[in-house]
Amino acid sequence: MSEAILTADTLKRHYEVGGGPFSKPATVRALDGASFALEPGKTLAVVGESGCGKSTLARVVTMIEPPSGGTLAIRGKEVGPDGASKDRDLRAMVQIVFQDPYGSLNPRQTIGQTLMEPLKLNRPEVSAEERRKRAADMLEMVGLRAEHFDRYPHMFSGGQRQRIAVGRALMLEPKILVLDEPVSALDLSIQSQVLNLLIDLQEKFQLAYLFISHDLSVVRHLADEVMVMYLGRPVETGPKDDVFAHPRHPYTRALLSATPVADPRHTRNRIKLEGELPSPMNVPEGCPFNPRCWKATEECREAFPPYEGERHRYACYHPIEE
Amino acid sequence: MPLLEIRNLSVEFATTSGAFRAVDGVDINVEPGDLMAIVGESGSGKSVSMLAVMGLLPWTATITADRMAFNGHDLRGMSPKQRRRIIGRDMSMIFQEPMSSLNPCFTVGFQIKESLKKHTDLDRKGRQDRAIELMNLVGIPAPEKRLNAFPHQLSGGMSQRAMIAMALACEPKLLIADEPTTALDVTIQAQILELLTGLQEETGMALILITHDMGVVAETVKRVQVQYAGQKVEEQEVGALFDDPHHPYTAALLAALPERATERRLPTIPGVVPGQFDRPEGCLFSPRCRFANAHCKAVEPVQAAPEMGLALCHYPLSHGEPTNREKAS
Repeated sequence: MSEAILTADTLKRHYEVGGGPFSKPATVRALDGASFALEPGKTLAVVGESGCGKSTLARVVTMIEPPSGGTLAIRGKEVGPDGASKDRDLRAMVQIVFQDPYGSLNPRQTIGQTLMEPLKLNRPEVSAEERRKRAADMLEMVGLRAEHFDRYPHMFSGGQRQRIAVGRALMLEPKILVLDEPVSALDLSIQSQVLNLLIDLQEKFQLAYLFISHDLSVVRHLADEVMVMYLGRPVETGPKDDVFAHPRHPYTRALLSATPVADPRHTRNRIKLEGELPSPMNVPEGCPFNPRCWKATEECREAFPPYEGERHRYACYHPIEE
Repeated sequence: MPLLEIRNLSVEFATTSGAFRAVDGVDINVEPGDLMAIVGESGSGKSVSMLAVMGLLPWTATITADRMAFNGHDLRGMSPKQRRRIIGRDMSMIFQEPMSSLNPCFTVGFQIKESLKKHTDLDRKGRQDRAIELMNLVGIPAPEKRLNAFPHQLSGGMSQRAMIAMALACEPKLLIADEPTTALDVTIQAQILELLTGLQEETGMALILITHDMGVVAETVKRVQVQYAGQKVEEQEVGALFDDPHHPYTAALLAALPERATERRLPTIPGVVPGQFDRPEGCLFSPRCRFANAHCKAVEPVQAAPEMGLALCHYPLSHGEPTNREKAS
């Protein structure tokens, strides 16, 4: 195991919402204690349904928002409550690619300007000529042609735009790339092109990926480690093969069984989950999954279960036997 | 007699930059009690062809077809008034975004009862009872209470259930579901798909599922129609389609699925779906096709035999290898 480049320990992010003259503000525990590590050249996939805190996690790791509890350390350097805003080098090390390539590119900037912007802001010592050259090289690296340099985003298809977004994220030579659902807005035939690009770039630059997705077939293909989240808490983490083959947490098992498999002969052994996802404003006491869990007992309603296991960790009082 | 029979349907939109053909010569055949899917990527015309059947396209659209009949009624040239007697009663549709397809100004109960009022002669009490029955059918807990809820008070899964209840109000013979689960989470998606197929079995209605998700197709339907750039390129039983796709596009699409990958790099389809201005000559898929030759790029293909999945290809594939090749060369 190589040295971790980013470590997070019981990372938390709470938001206060509402509140008026007569009502107390409520606390949303969007992210409530996530611990993990990223290694160079490896991919950690975060999976879960809406409201599980995966996008909040992305924002905290990218230092867009400070954590409200726990610690985040990049290359051993701790990110303080406001430390990141002062430390440009630290920020340059983590970059993000968003889900919607139609919304994440400035429609009034040419592709060249979009790619040069990060250099302009963060590396003022680089000459304009050098900037242009680096942007042109990046364009080629992500599989676009030199003549695309002066075009505007609306002239590109979704897949090409996502390539541009990846290129922009790589301009500052980051070590960590946060990918927030990078292929879910793309068609299947385009999705595989972008996934291949991500695989190539990871090998070339030894990037650490934090890959956020709800599509388990993509995760299964790309990830090294998987973290399954439910209502702000990781419920199971471990090497991909272990988690997919021997899920220990009932929620992981249910999630896996609910995911459609593209094989008509696959026998469905679907676990039907009752009920809806609770709102993150109102997370159930104890294990957040207990109201929908078929194994839940009194114990589960009282306290969040402790994590068990070494590499393959899970938080459940009644784990599924292997 | 087929329930829905469409021959050579084309839909053209008048745009400022000229006519755009969104659907190009599509045939659809649905028998009573059928369970089929229309699969395709964005721009394949899968939604537009169904909207044309429902008569929900804007005035900029020109619809032409050799035959377009539902349950013996010719849908072409039907007046809006006549059409309204069928739409919502014998044929209904649910949409992708449950949140935005419900009217936010009225309660869910009002919206369900509206179609009952329009199409049945039930009295007020009868409509209320039927609405509660429908809410139970689609698995909404505490229906009496939920009937008075406004759409914003329901979650995404619940709104989709309410949409389904509304569509089922008059026991339709055909239900068209346009990406019904795309906006929902996987555990909720599983619930909704199970509900739809269960209802289909119970009531014996026909169900057309429009989707882009091959996993949903494999688990849900019996028959699949694949569309590409407005054309129907293949039609097969679901098992056969996944085993032995006959059109190169279907084959490439299935190969690009991450769960079918054998190595780390995925097989890809080069290029993009043709748009309004870059429609190629000959076969529309030829610029992206692995097997295309000069003949494909010049001459439009015709439909192959039914045993070759009606593939719209000069050289339909059999077990991954193109056939007919010798004859042409």
